[in-house]
Amino acid sequence: MARVLEVHDLEKSFGGVVAARDINVTIDEGETIGIIGANGAGKTTFVNMVTGYLRPSAGRIEFMGRSILGMAPRRITTLGLCRSFQVPQVFGSETVFENVMIAMGIAESRGPALLAPLFAPARAARAETHMARYQIADYRDVAADALPQGVRKLLDIAMATVRKPKLVMLDEPTSGISVEEKFGLMDIIMAALREEETTVLFIEHDMEIVERYVSRVLAFYQGEIICDAPPAEALEDPRVKEFVVGQELHRSTHGAEETGNA
Amino acid sequence: MTRFMDKTFWGLTIGLVVILVANFLLEDWLRFIGLQSMARGAVALGLLILWRAGLVSFGHALFFGWGAYAVALSQKIGITDALLGIIIGTIASGLLAFALGFLLRRYRAIFFALLNLAFSMILYGVLAKLEVLGSTDGIGVKQPSYFGITPEGANAHITLFCFTAIIVYIVALAVHRYLSSTLGAMTIAVRENEIRLEYLGYSAEKAIHVKYVFSGLLAGFGGAVMALAVGHVDPDSMVYWPNSGDFVFITILSGTGNVAATFIGALAFELIRTFAFDYAPQIWQLLMGGTLLVIVMFLPNGLWSLTEHLGKRRKSAPSPAE
Repeated sequence: MARVLEVHDLEKSFGGVVAARDINVTIDEGETIGIIGANGAGKTTFVNMVTGYLRPSAGRIEFMGRSILGMAPRRITTLGLCRSFQVPQVFGSETVFENVMIAMGIAESRGPALLAPLFAPARAARAETHMARYQIADYRDVAADALPQGVRKLLDIAMATVRKPKLVMLDEPTSGISVEEKFGLMDIIMAALREEETTVLFIEHDMEIVERYVSRVLAFYQGEIICDAPPAEALEDPRVKEFVVGQELHRSTHGAEETGNA
Repeated sequence: MTRFMDKTFWGLTIGLVVILVANFLLEDWLRFIGLQSMARGAVALGLLILWRAGLVSFGHALFFGWGAYAVALSQKIGITDALLGIIIGTIASGLLAFALGFLLRRYRAIFFALLNLAFSMILYGVLAKLEVLGSTDGIGVKQPSYFGITPEGANAHITLFCFTAIIVYIVALAVHRYLSSTLGAMTIAVRENEIRLEYLGYSAEKAIHVKYVFSGLLAGFGGAVMALAVGHVDPDSMVYWPNSGDFVFITILSGTGNVAATFIGALAFELIRTFAFDYAPQIWQLLMGGTLLVIVMFLPNGLWSLTEHLGKRRKSAPSPAE
């Protein structure tokens, strides 16, 4: 299997605060990786560094065999490493169809081709196919601001994958989604990504989701990876149990009552 | 976005034919208003491009004046051809916008608006002091020649009007096409979500820079036409900040729905100002302010939204793309 991503000794500190330390990860083609960890454990910082949003303080990042350290997000995106966001980043006033069309137009055009009409029939047909794959075609003409949260999440991911990226990183694809809807949402996302043969890494708090969909778990704690193993093994790891799962369970059982005091 | 593609094309074409015919029937003062409308409308078209990206400039008199002075100065070195002069004025402002764009592209909202104002006031200050360029008196602009022929008297303005109308027609179609292109659609992307744009693989700053250069080119074109129409350039009537305000006024009056709207709005603006000035010289500013107030309160999307109201009444469910 080809190596997609290689991260060595990655480090990030904000002033005196260390947000990431000794991060070493390799990802092979076709893997499905789940990142777990409590809030502030450095999960999103990791994704932000790999996708170019944050510059690491030290370390190396190689994507498809070439260094992407210090590249701007747009550059990394064009190389085939895309991401979605915890809070969907879409064009709120535009419809689902227009969002996908703009995303496709930008992904497909360079130089003078950018001056060609955006709403070309061939592109529109591709957009319809893409929307169907993510099951958002029913909302085709609804403005993104007016979408239910789950659909907006799907739109965000659909926009991140218009380039058919090699690797996609999803930041909490199920956050803000009700428990009943989570599995349906993940089924759609995973089926679509499998169809596009995209390697995927996602951040997740729900251990049931992690167990069900991932082939490997990276557990973060205080900026470090404390466990890198298949889910069955990782969720039994004593440190993961203590620092991640324990807190997660605590969060999900008492979270609702404690929000007032928090 | 492309809903009006065919309609806009035909609308502009019919508009061109109508004003070309009208050109021969109009009284001089009305023809002059038409010329001014086309010149200021071109600048407002540039503002429309920025406006759609969520950016407002309070300083486009900078590029307007720069283009106008470029025409006046090119005459000094013997270039009297109208087309050449207009091309020089347009490109001169485009180059200036390209240079300033490296700074402007980093700013948004009020900072973007006022930084433009600052640059326009710097140019104003320099021009008002430069005696070589006639300081506050400005410099005269001769009647241009058209491919070797120099029309005299009333024919001069008739020719300039035809000439300008044809170029404006081409420019408006080009801008319309640009707005429906992928690059044009990034105006929305810039306004709505720069992070997403970046993660789609395009730089928001680059997109803004491109738009800024386009707006500079259009303002330079407007200034060049104005210089030829008025036959004179000076800092107060070309570069001073109320000129920038006029362009913003026209943009608000027109709305950003369509390129044709800009020229309708520009014409409305010139007519309102002319009549207000003629019939109520004591309170004409009050009337202009009142007009702006009415537009903002009752037609926040400008005059163009009137056509959309009518369009909606006719067909119930317009599709977003044809």
